[in-house]
Order: sequence, then C-alpha cells, then structure tokens
Amino acid sequence: MAADEVKLIGSWASVYVMRAMIALHLKSISYEFLQETFGSKSELLLKSNPVHKKMPVLIHADKPVCESNIIVQYIDEAWNSSSQPSILPSHPYDKAIARFWAAYIDDKWFISLRSILTARGEADKKVAIAEVEERTELLEKAFVDCSKGKPFFNGTDHIGYLDIAFGSFLGWLRVVELDAGHKFLDEIKTPSLSKWADQFCNDPSVKPIMPEITKLAEFARKLFPKPQA
Amino acid sequence: IAQENTYTQTQRTENQTGLTGKMNQEEQVQVLGLWGSPFSKRVEMVLQLKGIPYEYIEEDVYGNKSPMLLKYNPIHKKVPVLVHNGRSIAESLVIVEYIEDTWKTGPTILPQDPYERAMARFWAKYVDEKVMVAMGKAFWGPESEREKERKEAYEGLISLEKEIGDKRFFGGETIGIVDIAADFIGYWLGIVQEVSGVTIMTAEEFPNLKRWSEDFVGNNIIKEVLPPKQKLAALFKTPFRSAATSG
Repeated sequence: MAADEVKLIGSWASVYVMRAMIALHLKSISYEFLQETFGSKSELLLKSNPVHKKMPVLIHADKPVCESNIIVQYIDEAWNSSSQPSILPSHPYDKAIARFWAAYIDDKWFISLRSILTARGEADKKVAIAEVEERTELLEKAFVDCSKGKPFFNGTDHIGYLDIAFGSFLGWLRVVELDAGHKFLDEIKTPSLSKWADQFCNDPSVKPIMPEITKLAEFARKLFPKPQA
Repeated sequence: IAQENTYTQTQRTENQTGLTGKMNQEEQVQVLGLWGSPFSKRVEMVLQLKGIPYEYIEEDVYGNKSPMLLKYNPIHKKVPVLVHNGRSIAESLVIVEYIEDTWKTGPTILPQDPYERAMARFWAKYVDEKVMVAMGKAFWGPESEREKERKEAYEGLISLEKEIGDKRFFGGETIGIVDIAADFIGYWLGIVQEVSGVTIMTAEEFPNLKRWSEDFVGNNIIKEVLPPKQKLAALFKTPFRSAATSG
C-alpha cells in the first residue's frame, strides 16, 4: 500500500460504515471500498479489528482505525487543510455538545429504534414507538439549539459530525417507519428535523451513498425476520 | 495518618475555593459530582492534573436530585456535570475532552498525533462500554447474570493487559485519557473485590495492570482526588450484605 493509501472495510447497508464514507467524501479523499460479504467476516477485517471484529475499519497507510465516530474524528484531524471543510465544530463547547448528542443517538435513540424491529407483539412495539417519539422530540430541540439558525446541526452551511451521526440513520429510520406504519419525522411534529433530513439526504457527500429504501427494507427483513404467526 | 488527612483536606479546600476571587473575574468552573463515583472522579482528576480551579458540589443523585442538576443535565439527570461560565456539559469522557480542548495549559490528556488520538479514544471507549458495563453488572447486576458478566469483564481486562504491555501508563510516560477512563480498574476494583469476595482481576493473571494501578494510584495528584478507601469499603458493604441475606 502506498504511504497515504486509504481503504474502508464495510457494507452498503451499515449506518456506521456510511458515517465513515460521508466523512471521506466531505474531505474529497479517494479510497478503496472493501465490501464485506453478509454472514461472514473477511481475513482483513478480523486482522484489522481483532478486538471487536466489526466494521467499519478505516485503514490509512496500513494503520487501522475502528469505531465509526472515532473514524470520523480521525478523518477530520488527519486531513485538516484549510481548503477542506471542518467536520467537528470549531468551538470546544459546540464540539462537546455534538459529542454528547452523538453518544445519545447511539446509546439511547438507536436502541429504542432497534427495539421496534425486535419487538415481540403489539404491546412491546407500542412501548418502543412511544420511546422513539419521545427521544426524537429531544433531538428536534437539540437541532434548534445546535443549528443556531443554520441548516445543519453543525451550526454552519455544511454538514458536520452530528449531522453525520444522526443522518446516517435516516435510511433505516424510513425502513422502520414503513414497517411500524408510523412516521417519526414529519413537518408537523418535527418541522426542523424534517427539513434537515431532506437537506442532509440531498447533500453531495451523502446522496450517492444513501442506500435505496426498498433494498434496505429487504435487507431488514433478512436481519430481523418476523416470527411465524 | 491524621496529619496526612488534614493536609489533604486543606489542599482540597485550596483547590476548590482558595482561588474563588480570581475565578469569579476570569472563569467559573463547577463540578456536580458524587464523592464515590469513578465517573465523577474522572472529571476532577483531569481538572486537578491541569491545575484548573473549580467549585465542587456534591449531588444527592440517588436521593433528591437538586434543581441545579435537573437544570444542567435534564437529559440524563446524572453526574458528573461540568458547568463552565454557566454552560453545562454532561458525560464524563465528553467533559474530559472538553477540558482538554478548552484549557491549553498543563499536561495534555490526549496525544497530538491523529492516529494516536484515535487509539486513545478507542481504548477509552472500550473501557467504558465493554469493561465498565460488565463490571457494574458483575458486582451489582441481577444474580442470574453475574457469572456471565464476570466473564465479559475478565475478557475486557485481558485486552487491556495486552494493550498496556510494559508501558508505564496507557498514555505512555504520562497519564492520559485511557488511564483516566480506567480509574475504576485502578482503584475501585481492588476495594470492591475485597468487600464482595468476588475476584475478577488477580495480580498473578494481570501483572501489567497491577503494576499500572500502583503507578496510577501513586501519582501525587491522582491520590489526592481518590475517595478514601474505608469510606468506599463501607459504601460497598451495604449492598453485598443485603444480597447475602436475601440468598
């Protein structure tokens, strides 16, 4: 591998891989994408991430970086010329708030979302839906605070760390909405997030890599099979 | 020993309130915390390592949460919370990075090189998500799950034993974010193991971590921040006693 060669081990359907890809696109970094086969783990993946054996793994000049949010921060810090957009906000307080909400999205929001897909029976599903509603409302408020009137969580005219952390879930969110027959993001309940979601999905660093919803829904059915009636 | 304790108390008071006059003019830093919590102590360790004066406010988290806590951490209602000039930040490792980003004097807690920073963040996250969660459940979780959680925690320690190798600290020659994140392992774990009679980490199986914990706890600044051993032991005895009697 050349001194500055970049490889990304991942899968088209993974939220976490998408985060790394968006960050690479934002910085106009060329990379080789190594698609993992569903159901098995490649030698390279196991060797590069022996601790977790999970994707994404970014390999830069032969050195592996693991964990999606850590990869995004690494990309921001390793490629930081003034001609490239900054992914993390510049002010330490805004950085901290972005990190706080990114952790909330992974540790709380996504856990509730996933429990809709794994819910056994309507009662459990209803509880999970209510929880996601509540948590999404918090994110609506967070957006208003963080964006400071700008179109993105980043508080700037371009997408940043927190946009990536949450936006990478939009495909899966849509799949869950269709499956549950319930909208979490809409113009009435979450006007700001609704608008933000549109702009995020149309961003040039996002649009080419956002998975097709029908393809994702099909994949979801494989990952989360419905129990037999 | 009595003399040492008095010195410690005076030192702590000076750190916290002796510079209040100066603090009001320039910055106001407050920490909402819990004396026995390793998460809370992480924040205090970093502030003291960097020589940043702050006001400490003990929170009755398990009893009555104060209006201040509810105002500054409405999402999680937990400690630690850092309040800097009226603006609050929650989640101990987020706070640690904030302190690092904001105050440029004193020792650094994260490496400068982007790759080394990514590694430090990786291991700090590993400590929190793999080891701390399992430890918590191994000692205080539902009885039926404790054996499984002990194995998880044990596995986590094996990775950490390998990672530290013969480095003095996870951060190299000086204490860094991973050492701070692993404070429970360095200090609390020994006490909890003694009180509970349950051992996950032995000196024989984990000689690197044992050596590291001695260096960590022995650090002049860290040792002043750590809660007193007897007080912690008394705190831990209560739940174990009731677990024993409930069979």
